[in-house]
Amino acid sequence: MTITERKTSLHRDIAPQPTVRKGRRDSQLRAAILFLIPASIGFVVFFAWPAVRGLYLSFTDYNLLRPPTFIGFDNYLAIWSDPVFWNSLKVTLQYVVMNVGVQTVAALGLAVLMQRFTRSMVVRGVIMLPYLIANVIVALVWFWLCDYNLGIINAALDFFGLDKVGFFGNQDIAMGTIAMVNVWRHLGYTSLLLFAGLQAIPKDVYEAAEVDGAGEWRVFRSVTLPLLRPVLAFVLVVTVVGSFQIFDTIAVTTGGGPIDATRAINYYIYQRAFERLDFGYASALAVILMIILAGVALLQNKLLRANESDLER
Amino acid sequence: MKMNRVAILTLAAIPLVLTGCSTAASSDSASGTTLSYGLWDANQAPAYKQCAADFHKANPDITVKVEQLGWDDYWNKINTGFVSGENYDVFTSHLANFPEFMLNKQILPLDDYIKADGVDLKGYQPGLADLWKGDDGKQYGLPKDFDTIAMFYNKQLTDAAGLTADQLATLDWNPTDGGTYEKAIAHLTVDKNGVRGDEAGFDKANVATYGLWMENSGGSDGQTQWSFLAHTTGWDETNGAWGDKYNFDDPKFQSTIDWWYSLVEKGYMPSFEAQTGIGWSDQLTAGKVAMASNGSWMTGAVFGATSDTFTPAIAPTPVGPSGKRASMFNGLADNISATTKHPDQSWKWVKYLGSVECQSVVAKAAVVFPAIPAATDEAIAAFTAKGIDVSAFTTQVADGTTFLYSITDHRSDVSALVTPAMEAIMSGKAKASSLTAVNDQVNALFK
Repeated sequence: MTITERKTSLHRDIAPQPTVRKGRRDSQLRAAILFLIPASIGFVVFFAWPAVRGLYLSFTDYNLLRPPTFIGFDNYLAIWSDPVFWNSLKVTLQYVVMNVGVQTVAALGLAVLMQRFTRSMVVRGVIMLPYLIANVIVALVWFWLCDYNLGIINAALDFFGLDKVGFFGNQDIAMGTIAMVNVWRHLGYTSLLLFAGLQAIPKDVYEAAEVDGAGEWRVFRSVTLPLLRPVLAFVLVVTVVGSFQIFDTIAVTTGGGPIDATRAINYYIYQRAFERLDFGYASALAVILMIILAGVALLQNKLLRANESDLER
Repeated sequence: MKMNRVAILTLAAIPLVLTGCSTAASSDSASGTTLSYGLWDANQAPAYKQCAADFHKANPDITVKVEQLGWDDYWNKINTGFVSGENYDVFTSHLANFPEFMLNKQILPLDDYIKADGVDLKGYQPGLADLWKGDDGKQYGLPKDFDTIAMFYNKQLTDAAGLTADQLATLDWNPTDGGTYEKAIAHLTVDKNGVRGDEAGFDKANVATYGLWMENSGGSDGQTQWSFLAHTTGWDETNGAWGDKYNFDDPKFQSTIDWWYSLVEKGYMPSFEAQTGIGWSDQLTAGKVAMASNGSWMTGAVFGATSDTFTPAIAPTPVGPSGKRASMFNGLADNISATTKHPDQSWKWVKYLGSVECQSVVAKAAVVFPAIPAATDEAIAAFTAKGIDVSAFTTQVADGTTFLYSITDHRSDVSALVTPAMEAIMSGKAKASSLTAVNDQVNALFK
């Protein structure tokens, strides 16, 4: 090991033609550029340019049908005093807390169960199944299952003598219902990610814990959780950011109602842009959402120290 | 036309299947002009494809490509098409979007063409042509069909309640005690133990069959929900066509809404909570409700669901304090996009779409009522041939009891303000008087 290292460094010292190396670096650069071009085209055309243009539009009054006119910070000032915007932030946050909270805990439980009791591909496949169904279909099916008069869930509640529940029609319950529908869909996917993280934890630390006489809960708390942290952090960042952008389930079921109970920020952006043709205002909302999401992701990364693992010491 | 969200989604799925076999531009007319034409209603697509074929036969140098998309995709395509310049040359338009298109000069006025070709706007059912007049007094569309509102009911349930078709056709209503309309609704409501809504011991917490369906709050126009009641009190939504003042603060309107919500409290109509979900026509088919107000465009769907337990029938809306019935009179027309490179040919096609030739093809499909009286009669005959009596819809036109959809600027903003407020009222969280404050916000849009 040390010998080869010394050899290469020796080589480097006496390398006679630096131009050759420069040439090689150039050719690597050229190859790199070649490989990066397809991805960059996509990035520039579908992300960077729309983002820049969106930022510009957020400072304009733009109804799509007439050219945009620059109005400075007027959109942002209007948003500041828009009660629907503040409400949309509130209900979005409710959704994120319910969705990510329940989903992460349940997925963690499921992942631990999988790791402990089964290696079966069939079980893993079945757990993934809901994730393979399109969002809109999932939402529609639950919407119908939950129907007050014709849905099987309320029929069952009625059968057992319980009061019927307007899962999507009750102002206090609707957002929770939507959060749970999406937990149902994403649970398997999330738990598979966590399961992969669990598998990466070396067996010997568990053996050591066992030798030390640690119980099941203690092992989970002091071994599994800390060692799973980087994966957990990744999963949390992805699910929180994704969850903030809840749209399709709402669009298919409640359409933002009852009243404003499920008018989440992304749905409000859509309505402002495509229903009310207020693209300037909608762009400003989108910029605000982007800033919030960037902040949340950064904060999570910092708090959870996502880029370091307790395994490397 | 307005449909509920689920119906739209279901319909939206249809074009995915249909576009696969939609018209390919015929190649023999490579030298001529090819026009693109858009519509959203899959039920009408076959009739309009037939019109396009007939039109091509009469005008061999013009080929029309008919494309049908689901409601949401359709409007997104048109809105973005105005910007990109790649749009339909001619498209089926809706009054909810027409003001925005007209005010932003995205559609062409037709007056010069109408004058040059001597098209008689009086040849349509009265009033329909006015719907498509801009605030500049110019005509932007030729009406092609219309719809009115009536009550769909399950005859088996009304028979069981001892209500005859004649009784249902002569109900009266007022916002104070609901008149015989409310009495009929109460009698049609049945709880879990079989007790009717107007009988002692009625359990309003456990209703098996509601007398009337709510179908959301109706938003800012209540087209199928409350507009046919409110207008019989003498109320108008705005101060006229292209108005700048809404009247949601009018006590006549607010008392109508308060009465409407009282049906929920009495257990005759599902609460907002209980009606969110599967759409009204499926609830009617399933026997969860005896009667529901809706538009003539739903006739095909409702009668298509006939089963052992569901015998559909239609009654006209009740007579109100004015001594007359009322129904919103809404209709579609074709607009020419300002982005078209072939305005003259597009006009030819628009004129053909509004002509007797094309509209009698549409009439025979028995989906909508054509705007030309002669073709209207053909459609009625086509419905009758299918065993459907649509006189409850057409009586409003014959008696002149229709009123027009209120066209104003800011329609979508008005809807965004009023809909949550109406939902709060229908959820029992607010009184109809709360609309006064909302109305101020609405009218502020026009300042």
